[in-house]
Amino acid sequence: MTAPNGKKPKFAMYWAASCGGCEIAVLNIHEKILDVDANFEVVFWPVAMDAKYKDVEAMEDGSILLTLFNGGIRNDENEHIARLLRRKSQILVAFGSCACEGCIPGLANFSPAGEIVHTAFNTVSTDNPHQIYPRTSFDVPEGEITIPKIYPTLRTLDQVVDVDYYMPGCPPESHQIAAVIDLVIQVLQGKAELPPKGATIGAGDSTVCDECTRKRNVKTIKSFHRIYDLDIDPELCLLEQGIPCNGPATRSGCNARCVSAGAQCIGCYGPAEGVVDYGARLIAAFASVIDSNDPEEIEAILDGIPDPAGQFYRFNLAGSLLKAAKPAWEKA
Amino acid sequence: MNNNEIFEPTIIGFTCNWCSYRAADLAGTARIKYPPNIRLIRLMCSGRLDPTFVFKALASGADGVMITGCHPGECHYLEQNYKALRRFHLIRRTLKGFGVEPGRVKLVWASAAEGAKFASETAVFIEEIRALGPLHWGKSNGYTPFGGKPPEFEPAPESPEEVPA
Repeated sequence: MTAPNGKKPKFAMYWAASCGGCEIAVLNIHEKILDVDANFEVVFWPVAMDAKYKDVEAMEDGSILLTLFNGGIRNDENEHIARLLRRKSQILVAFGSCACEGCIPGLANFSPAGEIVHTAFNTVSTDNPHQIYPRTSFDVPEGEITIPKIYPTLRTLDQVVDVDYYMPGCPPESHQIAAVIDLVIQVLQGKAELPPKGATIGAGDSTVCDECTRKRNVKTIKSFHRIYDLDIDPELCLLEQGIPCNGPATRSGCNARCVSAGAQCIGCYGPAEGVVDYGARLIAAFASVIDSNDPEEIEAILDGIPDPAGQFYRFNLAGSLLKAAKPAWEKA
Repeated sequence: MNNNEIFEPTIIGFTCNWCSYRAADLAGTARIKYPPNIRLIRLMCSGRLDPTFVFKALASGADGVMITGCHPGECHYLEQNYKALRRFHLIRRTLKGFGVEPGRVKLVWASAAEGAKFASETAVFIEEIRALGPLHWGKSNGYTPFGGKPPEFEPAPESPEEVPA
């Protein structure tokens, strides 16, 4: 972890299938961003500076010290840049929920890719009387022009390339980003050591419930509710009040922000340490506290969760054991 | 798969140590015949059944999953089989969102004396899964979208109209 010939080490950040919120979260570390500039040479960061893919392709392999990669792999451009940055980087971080586990773009794995394109280009919300769809390549007098090809499903970064570290969150909390940047700078100065490869950085190793300050008793649930249907007790555990709160399976690190503000945890920090399948853990947790042993009554209570697959896999679909719904891979 | 061949489903069965595993054992010692498509995994209790096991079985190529346990009220650990019951209902609902027929997961109560019931329920379930056809999670036409490089893929039909200049 040294910079060759006294030059500043190189830093890159890229967005694949993502919303751009991760980039905003990085800028949201305020004056800490100056530390980034003081300690790194930013060589590639499409949202912040102008750079061409061919510039990155021309770089020596392993010449970028740190790459923060956010976004899932949805098309061949995403995959090309993921493989390229893997080759050029010493440390590749899956940054944010999309790169780690698919996140909201990964919810598209519930539908076939063709249907997604159809929805975007030819439904009531789109004025497309001639049913014109994008073509991935088109001949013009100057030659062939192309746009990226969409893949059947969205994949997480580590389903495509080798990943060194994972930094969860949608987006990662700014104080966590600042702490990670501090750590990397300390490593550069020889004052600290990098965590073991494959570690989750910038997050806790427990669950959101552990950070939550609400009061907890033995849970028994007779019915599930939407948060706007109830007068929420500000002190009491939300799950106990029948609000489907994803805290029991979600990794800590956010200081339980949503639950402190009176909204249920939706699970953006991904599976807690040791959780193999996020949704399965939540199914176990929710089912255990339902207060009924009668199949019919259980079914009636479960009607309160109208979309269980969406509830349990909102952020984690692409990274789950099943990875995509049957219609998505079946028609590939 | 050749269309003339009979589809032989792969079923993963979870049994509890105290009732349903003994029922399976009894079916064996009593020499009751049932098809060999089921692979049994013994747990101490159906309450030990983490829904992860079900998803992993399906994701790894199983065509169906049978969860078995002691009859309600007879759980060796008092009431853990009720947890299995509630998880079973929620697993089926979740799988529906994944486009999986809920009938691919079945719950059977069988006491240690019900070897014949265990065998017959297993045989019925195997026929139900045979009727549903293979699941082969993540694999269609020999193609695996989750590993390796995805194939060339055209997302939508070509436009019927010429693109206007």
